[in-house]
Amino acid sequence: MSEQILLSADKVTKSFPLGNRKRHIAVNNVSLEMYRGETLALVGESGCGKSTLAKLLMRLTDADSGRVFFDGTDISALSGRALRPYRRKMQMVFQDPASSLNPRMNIRDIIAEPLEVWHICKSRKETDERVKELLDLVELKESYLSRFPHQFSGGQKQRIGIARALALNPDLLVCDESVSALDVSVQAQILNLLKRLKKDLGLSCLFISHDLSVVNFIADRVCVMRAGEICETGDVSAIYSSPTHDYTKYLLSSIPRTRGMGNQVDPGDGVMGS
Amino acid sequence: MKKTQKQNTGSDILRRILHNKTAMISGIIILIIIALAVLAPILSDYDETSQDLLKRLMPPGNGHIFGTDELGRDVFTRIFYGTRVSLMIALIPTALAVILGAVAGICAAQFRGAADFIIMRIADVMLAIPGMLLAMVVLYTLGGSLASVIISLVLVEWGGIAVVVRTATLEIRECEFIEAAVSTGAGRLRVIIRHILPNLVPTLIVLFTLNIPSSILSESALSFLGIGIQPPQVSLGLMVGVSRQYLFQSPHLALAPACMIMILVLSFNFLGDALRDILDPDRRTL
Repeated sequence: MSEQILLSADKVTKSFPLGNRKRHIAVNNVSLEMYRGETLALVGESGCGKSTLAKLLMRLTDADSGRVFFDGTDISALSGRALRPYRRKMQMVFQDPASSLNPRMNIRDIIAEPLEVWHICKSRKETDERVKELLDLVELKESYLSRFPHQFSGGQKQRIGIARALALNPDLLVCDESVSALDVSVQAQILNLLKRLKKDLGLSCLFISHDLSVVNFIADRVCVMRAGEICETGDVSAIYSSPTHDYTKYLLSSIPRTRGMGNQVDPGDGVMGS
Repeated sequence: MKKTQKQNTGSDILRRILHNKTAMISGIIILIIIALAVLAPILSDYDETSQDLLKRLMPPGNGHIFGTDELGRDVFTRIFYGTRVSLMIALIPTALAVILGAVAGICAAQFRGAADFIIMRIADVMLAIPGMLLAMVVLYTLGGSLASVIISLVLVEWGGIAVVVRTATLEIRECEFIEAAVSTGAGRLRVIIRHILPNLVPTLIVLFTLNIPSSILSESALSFLGIGIQPPQVSLGLMVGVSRQYLFQSPHLALAPACMIMILVLSFNFLGDALRDILDPDRRTL
C-alpha cells in the first residue's frame, strides 16, 4: 500500500436546520485522511453522521465549512462543470438496493448510464460489450440484461449497483451501508466480491457500516464516529485489540455474541474477553 | 385491491388493466362513444344543422330516435356532433394543462428556491380564484369560441396539476437512484428525462384521466350559460342550455344530451379511479 493520500477532509462541518433557528450539527469539524489503495471504514451508530460525511466527501451535499481534497485538489470549492471530472473518479454503492436502481430502467440501461453520460463507448455495441463485462465482473448472468430491478433479489440488486459504480473505473468506491440491508449469507457473498474487486482493480474503498464484524473483515483502517465527530482512528487490528476511546470500547462490547458457540463466529475474538 | 408489488413494466400494467372490470367497462364505453362521435356522419341520415321547421319539437319516434329540437333538427345526430366537441374539449385542454402543469411542477421541484416560489405562488393564485369565475372572465374577454374555451380551461386546470406533480417529483427526488445518477455525473436535464419523467408517467396518466370529467363539465356549464361554444356549433352543454325553454313541453331535448354528459363524465371518472389503483397503488388518496 502506498502512502499517497487520495482523499482528505480538512475540518468539514455540516449542519441541518431543526426549526426554531436551531441547527443539528451532523458533521462537526471532521478531518480525516485516506490513502490510495486502502479500505477505510467509517463506523458508528446510526445518526452519528457517517452518511452525511460520505456525501460531503463525494460532494453530493455542500459543507458549511471546511475543505475536501481529492488527489491533492480542493474539490469543495469546485462547482458544476469543474466538479464533473471528479465525479467520474469516485463512485458510490448505496444502502438500499431497492431504491438505488430506477424501477423503470432495465439492467442494461442502468449499468450503461455512466458510460453514456461520459461518452466512453463509441457505439451501442461497444457499450453492450462493456456492460456484459461488468455483469461478469459482479458474477451476474448476461441473460439478466433486459430485466427490470424488481425481478432481482436484494443481493443481486446490490451487485448491479456495484457494476454501475465500477463502470467508470473509479479510483474510489464509497460503500454506504452497502451490505446492511442484506441477510447474512448474502452479506458474506457481497463482501467477498468487494474484497476481490478491490484486489483485482486496485480500488480504494471508503466503507461505511455500523457492523463491526463486517468492518473487521474488509477494512484496513477504521474511523470511529460519534455524534458528528471522529473519536478514534487506527488500523483495524489496533482498534480491535486495544481500543483507546471509551466509545470504541463500548461499541466493541456491544457486538452480539453467542455463548458457547466457539471462537470462529466471534469477530472480536479475544478482545472483550472478561 | 389485490396485493401489488410496484411492478410497473408495460406488459404487467396491461395485464392488470385487462383484469380490472371497472377499467375495462368504462374504457369500452369511452371507446364506443368515441367511435360513434367519429362515425356520426355515416351513422346518421340527417345533417346536424339542417332545419325542418315543419317538424319542430317532435317527440322521439318517426325516424328521429330522440325526436327533433326547436328548429326541427334531429337530436340524435346533434348529440353525436355535440359529443365530438365535448370530447375535443375533454382531451385537448386537459392534455395541454397536464403538459403545462408537469413542466411547471418539475421545474419547481427540481430548481427549488426562487423558481419554486414564483411558480407555486402563481399556481396558488390560480387555485384561489374559483375555476368557473376565472373561465368566465377569460371567455368574456376573448369571446365564446372553441379556442377560447380551450384557453380558459387550461388556465383553470394547470395549477392543481402543477401542485401534484411538484409533490410527486420531490418524492422521486428523494430516491437513491437520483443520487446515484448525480454521482455518476449526469446533468440536470438527463436526470429529469431519464429518471424523473419515466417515474412520473403513472401520476400524469391518472391526472389526465381524472381531469377530463371536470373539463367536460366546465365546458357544458359554460356553454349552458351561453358564453362557451356558440351556435351554429353544437356541444352537449349548449344543447341542454337551449332546450331549457322547452323543458316541460319536450323534456327529451334536455334529457338526451344531459344523459350523454353523465355517461361520459362517469366513464372517465371510473377509468381514472381504476387507473390510479392500477398504476399508483401508493398514492390512492391523491
